[in-house]
Parts: sequence; C-alpha cells; structure tokens
Amino acid sequence: MIRVGLAIVLVAILAAAAGPVLSPYDPASQELSRRLERPSLSHPFGLDELGRDILSRLLSGARISLLVGLAVVSVSSVVGMLLGSIAGYFGGIVDDVISRAVDVLMAFPGILLAIALVAVLGPNLTNVVIALSVIGWVGYARLVRSQALRAREFEFVQAARALGAGSPRIVLRHVLPTALPSVVVQATLGMAGAIIAEAALSFLGLGVQPPTPSWGTMLDAGRSHLFDAPHLTIFPGLAIAMLVLGFNFLGDGLRDRVDPKLAS
Amino acid sequence: MLRYLVRRLLLTIPVLLGVATLVFALIHLVPGDPAQSMLGEGASVEDVAKLRHALGLDRPLLVQYQTFLTGLLKGDLGSSFRYGTPVTREIRDRLFRTMQLAAAAMAVAILCAVPLGIVAAVFRGTAIDYAAMTLALAGISMPNFWLGPLLAILFAVYLGWLPVAGTGTIWHLVLPAVTLGAALAAILARMTRASLLEELRELYVLAARARGLSRVRAVVHHAFRNSLIPVVTIIGLQFGAVLTGTIITETIFAWPGVGRLLIQAINFRDYPLVQGCILFISLTYVVMNLLTDLTYGLLDPRIRYD
Repeated sequence: MIRVGLAIVLVAILAAAAGPVLSPYDPASQELSRRLERPSLSHPFGLDELGRDILSRLLSGARISLLVGLAVVSVSSVVGMLLGSIAGYFGGIVDDVISRAVDVLMAFPGILLAIALVAVLGPNLTNVVIALSVIGWVGYARLVRSQALRAREFEFVQAARALGAGSPRIVLRHVLPTALPSVVVQATLGMAGAIIAEAALSFLGLGVQPPTPSWGTMLDAGRSHLFDAPHLTIFPGLAIAMLVLGFNFLGDGLRDRVDPKLAS
Repeated sequence: MLRYLVRRLLLTIPVLLGVATLVFALIHLVPGDPAQSMLGEGASVEDVAKLRHALGLDRPLLVQYQTFLTGLLKGDLGSSFRYGTPVTREIRDRLFRTMQLAAAAMAVAILCAVPLGIVAAVFRGTAIDYAAMTLALAGISMPNFWLGPLLAILFAVYLGWLPVAGTGTIWHLVLPAVTLGAALAAILARMTRASLLEELRELYVLAARARGLSRVRAVVHHAFRNSLIPVVTIIGLQFGAVLTGTIITETIFAWPGVGRLLIQAINFRDYPLVQGCILFISLTYVVMNLLTDLTYGLLDPRIRYD
C-alpha cells in the first residue's frame, strides 16, 4: 500500500515539476472553434469550454494542488508543533489558553470555517492557504501537546533540565523530536486533506480564480457541460481522487510503520 | 449520569461562546470597510454610511459584540442585506430541505453500509470481502464534488432515469442523497466490518456456536448488536460532516437548502446572512456532537461516567 501511494505521489510530483516540458500545448492557449471537443489522439483528454487542452491544464493544475498542499501543511505543522509543545511542556494557564482555542476550532466543521474565512478575506490562492492553515494547525497542536505532556516526564528531558538547559532548548531539541514521526504521518494525510479542501473551495468559486488552471475550478467549469462534454468533469475529478488516494495510502502505510500496533 | 450530563453541558458553554465570537469576528476580518465591500466600489459615501449604521458597524466593538450576543440569545441574527428579511427567517425557510437531504443521505449510508460491512466480516478474506472494501475505499477517496456530477452524467444524462437537479419529486432527492451519503457509507462499512470482526473473536460468540447456533444466527443475534456501539457513535459524529457536505451537494444539484443559501450569500457579499448560516451550521454541529456523547452511555451500560 505504501509503495502504491509513494508511486502515485512521485508521479504527481514529477508531472508537476516537468509540466511545462511534458505539456503538449500551452495550458492557456485557446482554440474557440474546437471548444468542448472530445478526447482524441492529438488531445488525449479533450478540449475545454474555451478550446484549451485539458491534459496540459491538468499538468499545470498539479502544481497548484501540490503547492497549496505543501504550503498548508508547512504552515500548519510549524504553528501546531510550536503551540502544541508549548502547551504540553509548560502546562498551566498557557496550556489552558491554547487548549481552549483548539477546542473552539475543533468544534467548527473544518471546511465551513475555511469557507467563512475565504468568503470574508476574498477568493485567491493566498487566502486559501491562510484559511486552510487556520483550521489545519489544530490537529498538529493536539497531537504534539499530548506527546509533549509525556515527553516532559522522560528521564533525558529531566536530565537536560538538571544540566541547566533552558526551556526553549529543551522544547526544540528534546520534546519536539519525540513527536516528529507522528507529525510526519499527520502531515502526509494532511496533504490529502488540503488538496481536497483546495479543490472544494475552487469548485465553489472561493479558491483559485480562472484562468489559473486549478483542478477544482476545472471541475466547476465542467458542471455546465454535463450533457454535451462530460470529459470536462471526468478527468479533473480523476486526478484529484488519484492524488488524494496516493497521499492516503502513503499516510496509512507510514502510520503502520510508526505504530505497528495500528497495522491491520 | 446526571453529574456527567451537567458537566458535559457546562463544558459546551465556552465552546458555544467561542464559536459565536469567531462568527462575530468574521465581518471584522473583511479587508477595508465591510459596508463598502457589500455595496461595491461605486457606492456613494452617504449610502455606505447608512449601511454602516444599519449593520451597527459605526458603534464601539464591545457594544456590537454585546448586541450580537443578546440578539443571538433571542434568536435574532440581524437582517439579510440582499433579501431585506430577518436572517433567521431565510434559514428557517430552507431548513426543512437541508434536514431532508441530510436525513436521506444518512439513511442511504446506513442501509448500504451496514449490510456491506456485515457481509465483508462474515466472508472475511474472500473475494466478497475484497470487493466490498474496494468499494468502500473508492467511496472515501471520491470527493463529493466529483461523485455528484459523475452520478448526474450516468443516471440523468445517459440513462435518463433521474432528474439532474432541482426539487419536486422524491426522485429529485436520490442523486443528492447518494452523493452526500457515499463517504459516510464507506466509513460506516469499514467500521461495521472491523467492529463485527472484533466481536466475532469474543468468547460468548464461540459459546453460542458451541451450543449449536449457526454462524449466521451467532452473527445476527449476538455479535451484531454489540458491534453496533462504535458504529452508532460514528453515525452521530459524522452528522456534522454530512451537514457541511450539504453545502457542496446543494450547490451541485441546485437543492434549495441552507448550504446553497450560504454560497449565494457569499457571492452577494451578504455578510449578515453568511454569519447566520455559518452560526446555524456550526451550532447544529456542536449540539449533535454533544447528543452523540450523551447517547453513547445509554447504548453501552458498561460505560460509567463517574
């Protein structure tokens, strides 16, 4: 499972990185006379509502999906790890404040808060990353907090304290590393979550704006052509589902490696 | 039990207050002037000032917050900018449709997933098990904003069996309910299988089999009931996901519920209505999670709260 996941993710990364070289056509170039043309040898995935090559746009959209996923996971994991370890290590009022904020954000259905934030901040790529990071850090903070609570009782942490190490050093050098394997698993599954959330927001018109080729935006455009050009819907959706499946496989496989008790 | 009930209810109050505060803060996150943003760049200064006054944005922040909370307690969420009617009325008018869709989706999910999970567990390791679990994996991986259009292409466009969107007959409900229920069905099928397999390993099942009960009777009369506890919990906890899923499903199938109202309100920059819809969905979510927690104990007498 982990190998299948890794293979899918690697193919997606390669496609995104080599997109401009691999793309048979310019993703933005329009051929209005051939709009909605079905898949053929020259255009394997067909042409969209403006006569643009869907395969080229999918390759270009892979960049957006992976970029958003990576940005959201990076911001959320750094913020979540920092706040989680501070809450778990220091305890007391600091823990209370951070934990209550986590409780409130957890009480919100995640995508709803993202929709709300993008709705007020305005729909664009940066705001999508901000909105998804605002809901994303909570999971990491919760995870790292519980690990930090355990870690502060470990002998090597107490030894570091006895040797005179300051709190920031103990948190960064001793507490955080104990949580890293779980964070890596969470981040891999978080990539899948972020990719699907970005596509959902773009599908609702709240994410990446046209003409930038995002998979969600492409699916949204396909909605108006279900009757005459279903290929506009089929291929972008397939790309999203495959990439999400890849990250889920990879995350599940890594989790089984990190905690063999969970392996079924 | 009563002590737990009171404690759990008391713990919900700060969460509800936090959710309300976050929703209140939303309108203040609008870059620039929310009133200007709602009216557009070309609006006159007088019109903007009038709207600012109508929305109460010209008052001190604390007074605005106090008014918001007092209004919330009275069920007053302000007036819609687009419709000019109370936000609560707009939500109430569409509430039935959203609940109808959510209930239908949950029914579809339960009716498909539980038998699928049972069959997979009983025939563990066989082709039936693999087929059932592959189907479940596909259900989890397919985003509903893809599954919905795909089902519409197949059943409405090619086969012509079902209407593609809108409301009117029971047939209009089928595609949105299946789209919304598919992910839940996948989760439930996996959970039912895992939970039933766990129960089948218990000694009481072995004892029942030793007394001469058939495998099917041992599953149906003994193991199945006990395996339901985690399944019911998941159903309760997933109600929130179903509720937020209505936003996308209602948009795909032009279903006139609260989710579609939210997206329309966002497109019209009708911030009071956006706030109202978000508050309504999130409060329902919190309350549903609370109810799930409370019923959990009723289902399993082994769970003690003190």
